[in-house]
Amino acid sequence: MAYSDKVLDHYENPRNVGTLDKNDPTVGTGMVGAPACGDVMKLQIKVNDAGIIEDAKFKTYGCGSAIASSSLVTEWLKGRTIDEAYAIKNSDIAEELALPPVKIHCSVLAEDAIKAAVADLKAKQGK
Amino acid sequence: MTTGRKPIYLDYSATTPVDPRVAAKMIPYLTEDFGNPASRSHAYGWVAEEAVENARSEVAKLVGADPREIVWTSGATESNNLAIKGAAHFYAPSKGKHIITVATEHKAVIDPVRELEREGFEATFLEPDANGLVSLEKFKAAIRPDTVLASVMFVNNEIGVIQDIEGIGNICRENNIIFHVDAAQATGKVKIDLEKLPVDLMSFSAHKTYGPKGIGALFVRRKPRVRIEAQMHGGGHERGMRSGTLPTHQIVGMGEAFRIAREEMDTENERIRMLRDRLLKGLSEIEETYVNGDLVHRVPHNLNMSFNYVEGESLMMAVKDIAVSSGSACTSASLEPSYVLRALGRSDELAHSSIRFSIGRYTTEEDVDYTIRLMKEKIAKLRELSPLWEMYKDGVDISKVQWAAH
Amino acid sequence: MANVYFDHNSTTAIKSEVLNAMLPFMQSQHGNPTSRHVFGRNARDAVETARAQVAQAVGVQASQVVFTSGGTEANNFAVHGITAGLVRNGFEKGQILTSAIEHPCVSKPAQALQANGWQAKSIPVDENCRAKMDALEALLHAPSSLVSVMMANNETGALQDLPQIVALARAKKVTVHTDAVQALGKVAVDFNELGVNAMTISSHKIGGPQGAGALVLDKRVDIEPLLYGGGQELGLRSGTENVAAIVGFGAACELAMQNLQKYRQKTTALQAKLDAALRAMGANVFAEDANRLPNTTFFAFEHIEGETLVTALDKAGFAVASGSACSSNSGEPSHVLLAMGVAEDIARGAVRVSFGSTNTAQEVDGFLIALQQEVARLKQYSAIAA
Repeated sequence: MAYSDKVLDHYENPRNVGTLDKNDPTVGTGMVGAPACGDVMKLQIKVNDAGIIEDAKFKTYGCGSAIASSSLVTEWLKGRTIDEAYAIKNSDIAEELALPPVKIHCSVLAEDAIKAAVADLKAKQGK
Repeated sequence: MTTGRKPIYLDYSATTPVDPRVAAKMIPYLTEDFGNPASRSHAYGWVAEEAVENARSEVAKLVGADPREIVWTSGATESNNLAIKGAAHFYAPSKGKHIITVATEHKAVIDPVRELEREGFEATFLEPDANGLVSLEKFKAAIRPDTVLASVMFVNNEIGVIQDIEGIGNICRENNIIFHVDAAQATGKVKIDLEKLPVDLMSFSAHKTYGPKGIGALFVRRKPRVRIEAQMHGGGHERGMRSGTLPTHQIVGMGEAFRIAREEMDTENERIRMLRDRLLKGLSEIEETYVNGDLVHRVPHNLNMSFNYVEGESLMMAVKDIAVSSGSACTSASLEPSYVLRALGRSDELAHSSIRFSIGRYTTEEDVDYTIRLMKEKIAKLRELSPLWEMYKDGVDISKVQWAAH
Repeated sequence: MANVYFDHNSTTAIKSEVLNAMLPFMQSQHGNPTSRHVFGRNARDAVETARAQVAQAVGVQASQVVFTSGGTEANNFAVHGITAGLVRNGFEKGQILTSAIEHPCVSKPAQALQANGWQAKSIPVDENCRAKMDALEALLHAPSSLVSVMMANNETGALQDLPQIVALARAKKVTVHTDAVQALGKVAVDFNELGVNAMTISSHKIGGPQGAGALVLDKRVDIEPLLYGGGQELGLRSGTENVAAIVGFGAACELAMQNLQKYRQKTTALQAKLDAALRAMGANVFAEDANRLPNTTFFAFEHIEGETLVTALDKAGFAVASGSACSSNSGEPSHVLLAMGVAEDIARGAVRVSFGSTNTAQEVDGFLIALQQEVARLKQYSAIAA
């Protein structure tokens, strides 16, 4: 399978790998996918008082495209508002990484991870 | 992306390089001695025919058969198709339409059986035990009065386990069942003596044993005589069982490859076993690894391991300095986890994270040591990335986690 | 060993350019095209390059070429696969019409299908080895599924009027297959111009290696595989690709297309020389009035056994054939000649000369001298015998 240079770059040098404290009220955690399907993505965002994402971290179990998709979104998320984050579409990710059709699901998963992290944050802050 | 040098080849079960001695033997039959072995009217044809018959004897010798029991085909896939469809069609009217095979067979056995199912045959796909071996009791229990054919592979292409062919063959004899064995992965690795083995049909391939691609053979027993319906009709070559111009140079290559296998397999297999054991020892130092398939009843060439909490495809990407395969070569274009490992009861995750290392004639100790170092480094890196590894380290039982459907 | 080879319709020597293209794939480039590592990807690229070369030689898109182990497999695949595809799509089992001069790897699969409820019928040919159009038209009145007529006959070299055959079949919505194994590299073979739905070609008749062939398919044909397994060739032909032979086939196709003009000029001249001499010697030249391949002449002398003459010529240093290689051990007279209405005793005398691009006029001169001597000698024996 031929990967694009951007996928390879993110795969070789993943950005923002790591873990934030999931009990921190300013941290939203999204965990999507399933081991049985071959991908699990954990995405965390930390939001400041102004509602801007000031940090994002990920860990991904999955193929190179899944790792690259999650690495890419952590870069994109930093500095954005929650609403801007929520507006990121899987097609943007797929286009940026030039994913082949069989790998589109990786970008879908990354979008789902963002939505899950935002939902977690909102649920926490709604409390 | 290309690093200057070629990766280390550890995928001998997908295909082997042609041994230089084999290539040297083949080339004259492409250039000066290029006749059609079916041409009876001139010396070009006779020379080719003689070369074909010499090669037939070499193939027969490696497996303890009579040369007249060897039918040339284009490869193991064709041999399997010919054996399974050919015997099922021939014997169904007198015996019945039930076939027994194993869930871990190569697709070239499973798919012809599926095709027969569409034609009205019934098939039992036996689940092997967790070590990949089919128990004789289970096999016996699957037999029905109308069981016409059984097909069990000698050596599994993914996990390298060796089935009890003699035991299964004896049961087939007692029950008047035609027994086919796919031995594509067995030649040169295990001793095969068809004079003693109760097998009726056996498939062979050249390119898994240092011969060329595009040539194989089917053993068809003469005593007691086994009949098959031809699947390819035409000029009546190969006593009517398989028509088509014989590719002389490839046949010569298969003969030479099998001759070398016969003469060198004992010493070669010892060397390969040492390398495999060295690799196994090195890789076992990594936490959370699992060997797939029985380690005793196994060819020395194969090591199939799962690396828990890393995903197979990204693992393959990480280790591109070694040429290995995740799952069998024939299914690795798809994203499905290996059906062979799933049949052993491995979880999808472990099936996904499996790598088949297959060692061969040109593998060196340095290759093995390099592989161990590379695997250790890359597994560590990928686990650093893996949320599952993190959970495992935190003591979470991943099998109990509710995963969202995706 | 004979030093002049006049049996190119049986098989050809591999061209050096072809061998050079193949050698890396017999040695260092040994990957399995299905493997995803660099060895596999290189092998895959080589197979796809060859597919494009083969496609270009017959004027189709690469995706229309399915590689097989050779012409026999491709013909079996066509007959079994197309008929099975029709059944799967719910069509009735109609007639399978094959010409009376087909290679057995077309006619025998058709006959084998009779056991499954199909009807195999033969399309008669005229004295010049050409399918009779009125007979085909009459046969097509009954429901039919497949017509298969070879583009050029392997023994006589006679060329068929395929566009007309296609027109008749198409009017009845019947699929047409042609075995173009002997035509490729000798005359122009344009799949779309012929209008057929499926076409068989083979490597070792055009200076490529044995062990590779192809079935070229019109995209409308829904065909079932002959070999099941790993799902190679988009599921239409399972089995590890014979990479070296496929690479050789591709290279041979490209060379054959480059050299076609020269080949035709050269062999046409050799054939004209041979035919004129044979006529002067009183030989029967078969399919004399048909459009023939420029390299093939099939002839007989009365009262001279073909096998005997061929053996004598071999001793004199000329490798020729008494018919097709595949039937050369049967001792039966050529089914092609019998279908043309040639008397059995004449048919038994048949000898085939098939030239290649490396043959020369001097070789033909030498051959004619040897032939005259042997014919005179054998006539004496047969006169004594009579």
